[in-house]
This record gives sequence, C-alpha cells and structure tokens, in this order.
Amino acid sequence: MNARALNLLGLGLVGVIGIAFLVLVPRLFELDVVLELTVYMIMAILALSLALIWGYGGILCFGQSAFFGLGAYTYAIAMFNIGESTIPLLLAIVLPAAFAALLGYFMFYGRISDVYLGVITLTVTLILFNSVNSTAGPEFRIGSARLGGFNGIPGIPPLNFPGNKGSPIDLEGMFSLATASLLLTYFGLRLLLASRFGRIIVGIRENERRAELLGYDPRAYKLATFTIGGALAGFAGCLFANWGNFVSPTIFGLAQSAQIIIWVIVGGRGTLIGPIVGCIGIQWLTTALGANQPSGGSDWWAKIFANAPLIFGIILIAFVLLVPKGLVPTLGDLGQWLLSSRGKRAKTRLQPKRVEEG
Amino acid sequence: MAAPLLQTQDLSMHFGGVRAVRHVDFSLAEGELRCLIGPNGAGKSTFFKMLTGQLEPTHGQVLFRGQDISHAHAHDIARLGIGIKTQVPSVFDGLSVRENIWLAASRIHSGEKARRVVDEMLERMGLTAAAERPVGQLAHGQRQWVELGLVLATDPELILLDEPAAGMTHEEVNKTAELVREINRTKALIVVEHDMQFIRMIAKQVTVFNQGSVLVEDTVENIMRNPQVRDIYLGKQAAA
Repeated sequence: MNARALNLLGLGLVGVIGIAFLVLVPRLFELDVVLELTVYMIMAILALSLALIWGYGGILCFGQSAFFGLGAYTYAIAMFNIGESTIPLLLAIVLPAAFAALLGYFMFYGRISDVYLGVITLTVTLILFNSVNSTAGPEFRIGSARLGGFNGIPGIPPLNFPGNKGSPIDLEGMFSLATASLLLTYFGLRLLLASRFGRIIVGIRENERRAELLGYDPRAYKLATFTIGGALAGFAGCLFANWGNFVSPTIFGLAQSAQIIIWVIVGGRGTLIGPIVGCIGIQWLTTALGANQPSGGSDWWAKIFANAPLIFGIILIAFVLLVPKGLVPTLGDLGQWLLSSRGKRAKTRLQPKRVEEG
Repeated sequence: MAAPLLQTQDLSMHFGGVRAVRHVDFSLAEGELRCLIGPNGAGKSTFFKMLTGQLEPTHGQVLFRGQDISHAHAHDIARLGIGIKTQVPSVFDGLSVRENIWLAASRIHSGEKARRVVDEMLERMGLTAAAERPVGQLAHGQRQWVELGLVLATDPELILLDEPAAGMTHEEVNKTAELVREINRTKALIVVEHDMQFIRMIAKQVTVFNQGSVLVEDTVENIMRNPQVRDIYLGKQAAA
C-alpha cells in the first residue's frame, strides 16, 4: 500500500469514527458523560489551533490561551449586549483573529526570533490575565456586560439557532455542535495543509531562509498561519463559554496556556490527530484525578495522585525525554518498523519523514 | 556595450571594525559566466549575500538591470530573477526531493504545469530514482544537485553558485561542470569555487577577490599565470 492510499484510509477512518461518535454518544451515555465529552471536543479544537501554528507553521506560541480567552470573553460580552448569538459567535472568531493578526504583524515583520516569540506570546496572555482579573468593580462594564474581574462572567446565554433567539441549543445539541465543529476543523485543516499554502508553510518551517531565497515572503505566510490559529482558538473559546455558561480570567492563565502546549507535545507535533489524542487523553486524566480527591485521609499516595499539576509535570518530562516526537508519530514509526522487519526493510527505509500526515 | 545584467558600485560591508567587502565595482553582462576566486575570508560569500538581500550593504549599490536592489528583501530579489545555491546546501531537509523541487517550481507555476516542471527537473538532475526520499538522507553531492534543481526550477535570470563542486567526487565534479555549461547557454552565472580544475573546465572570465576587494579581473589563462594571484593563494602576502 502506498503513502497516498494509507493517507486516504486514515482520513476515512477518522471520518467514520467521528460520525459514529457524533451519532452514538448521546444515545448510549448519560448526560453527565455527554457534557464531559463536549468539553473534550472543544479543547481538541483549541489543540488543533496550536497544532497548525506550531506543528506545521513552526511558530512556538506559548500564549494560545490569549485567543481562546478572547473568544470566550468576546462571546460573553457580545451576548449580553445583543442577545442573539449569530453576531457574538462571528465576533468571537473575528476579534481574536484580528488580535492575532496585529500581534503577529509586529512579531513577524519585526523579525522577532523564535525564542522571543514564545516569551512575547506568553507575556501577552499573562497581561490579559492580570488586566481582566482586576476588573471586578462595577465600573468595569462594556455595554450591559459586567466584566466581573476575578469573579468572571456567570450566566452567559447559550448559542441559539441562527436568527431564532427563542430556540437555544440544548446540552445534547451542544455536544453535536462541538463534535461536528471538531470534525470540520480537522478536515478543513487537512485540506489547508494539502493545498499550496499548506505545503509552503511546512517548507518555511523546514528552512525559512531557503523559502525566502526562492521568493516566498515568510513573514506573510507566518502571519496568515498565526491568524488562522487565532481564529480557531477564538472559536473554541466561544464554544467553551457556552459549555459552562461561564468564563473567568483563569482562561488566560499560565496553567491553561501550558496545558495546550502539553497536549501538542504529548500527542505529537507535525500531526493533527496527535494533538487531538493528547488533548482528550490529558483532559480525561484531569477528570479522573479530580474525581479521586482524598477526603481528608492521611494516605499520601492518594494526595500525590490528586495533585494534577504534579502528575502533568511528570508526564511532560517523561514525554520530552522518552517520547520526544509525541505519541502518534512514535506509533507511526513503530508501525513502520514492524512492517520493515517483516522483510520490506529496504523499501520502507526509503520513505520520507511523513510530516504531512495525521 | 549593452547595459550590464548586474552591477555593483562601491559596494562595501563592514561588520563592526571588520571590513569584509571594500569598495567593490563589479559588472556582469547578460548571459555571462563569471568565476570568483580568492582565499578564505576574501569576502566572496559576503558579496553573494549582499547580491541576494541576505545582508544589507554598509554602503554602495547593487543594480540588477538598472534597478537598485541593495536594500530590497531577499524574497523580492528572488522574484526579480536572482537565484542562489549557498555554500552549505540550503534545502528542506525533512521533505522529499520531489517536494523540495515542487516548492521551488510552484513559485512560478501552478497545478499540472508545476508537476511537469518537477518531473523534468528531477530527470535533468538525475534525481528521479531518489524523488521520494527525504533530502536529509541523501549524500552531500546529491544534496547539492537538489539545491541546484531548486534554484533552476524558479527559472532565474542570474544564478549564483557558491562552491558547487565542494565535497564532490571527481565524476560528480565533471557532471557539475557540464551542467554549469549547459545552464550558461540560457542564463548568466557567477560561480565561487576553489577547485582550479573545475574553474578551468567552465571559466572564461575570472575575478579574483582578496581581503574584501577585487584584486584582478582577467581571462582564466592569464589569471593562472598571474604571479600576484599565485602569491595570495600560497599566502606570501600574509607572511610578508
């Protein structure tokens, strides 16, 4: 089987699993499970936004949570002012994208080096965290929406069917929307990456100077990639604000921004399916660890396992040291190795590094 | 005489106190093949970097068909029609040979045409058999050809080659020389090389760089006989 056929098979498999998931979960599981799975789907869209800009664009953004949070806050504020969700939803995509474009313009056209890019994006999200955190007073309001500072904004009205204010989307509808959005995002990104634009951004990641000497302007391509990533993260933020009907400044915080990076590292850079798997796995683990909170006992093992940041730290270190490529690429290599040890050694060795897949 | 394809006027590059290139006036005619030689540190690579927008000259001008490109971006210069093969092969190591050439070809062609140009270029560079391999796995000589293929696929008017024969076997050097002559039938080239045998195979006119400036410019036969050139290569001047 050649690479192209494998590629199509993978795509088909993702499609079938995705649609089965979309149809079966609400029928098979109780509402609490459906709710939990909804947030996994939303976070997976966020993971994909970083998978695009870091994994394929080579832009290490340490503050993807800035766009996620902006999307959530934009939706919340617009919703309190407008009441019908079509425009708030669009704003929650356009505003973070515009912010990403502005920030990206200064970073890429100012020729900021990769390391400082990470520092700047992290700083931006922490500035947003601090700024929003200190807007608790009643004087901080935008139209009829109170920002609420560290208390956050509760009671955010849910999305409604476009144009019909009277019919909000219910919890199961939210699950379907989030899952369908994730699938569309995944396939949309696959298309993007197979296009001329997608192949060029991978080229720029591989060797920016060479791309430049061939006549491509890396700044423009990186800016476009970064902006798309910002739009996707904003969209995920909008869904997230819907899911809990609540948003607070922690969405901009260090824990949130670090988590997105961990999803991508664990799942594998340079793939799309990897960060989805990494995200869902880590999210599931968070829930599982949270459910095991010790009830005041003195069992210190239980206490360690209840300390989620500690566990994540260990997972991150383990992956960086032992599985640096991430889960999905490593499994892919393992599969190839198994194939090649069955007598096709010479042939499979010649396969190029398959950065386009996943 | 017709207007030159490329001209530099009083071109200089200083790095702090180091004057890597000093007051270089250089001129290349349309369709010309010129060799640049000179000892290490003579400023040849710095000169190339200024021609391609990788370095901004401290002062002086670079004119390409009369247009001042001294302060233009590298990608704009590439679009005007100057292609460069760098000293250390600069290619997309993680991608296949085919994808490498495609990235270059798709700068100027789209769809089916780009794919056809890629196939032709693979054939021309003798890389068809290695088309699906990642460039990072290829031997040095083959990587050089991948880079040459990249540059040619963007169809530049002027091609700069920085040590194209470095690290090649005798056979590969011959093949490269043949390729250079073939390219020169339609394009202008500037070739930096140390390998005198290679220079003899391709060169007509040779420019000698020494300590950042042009020492002498002459035909290859005269350059080979020039005692001053022999001195700088043997390092007499440095010892004096």
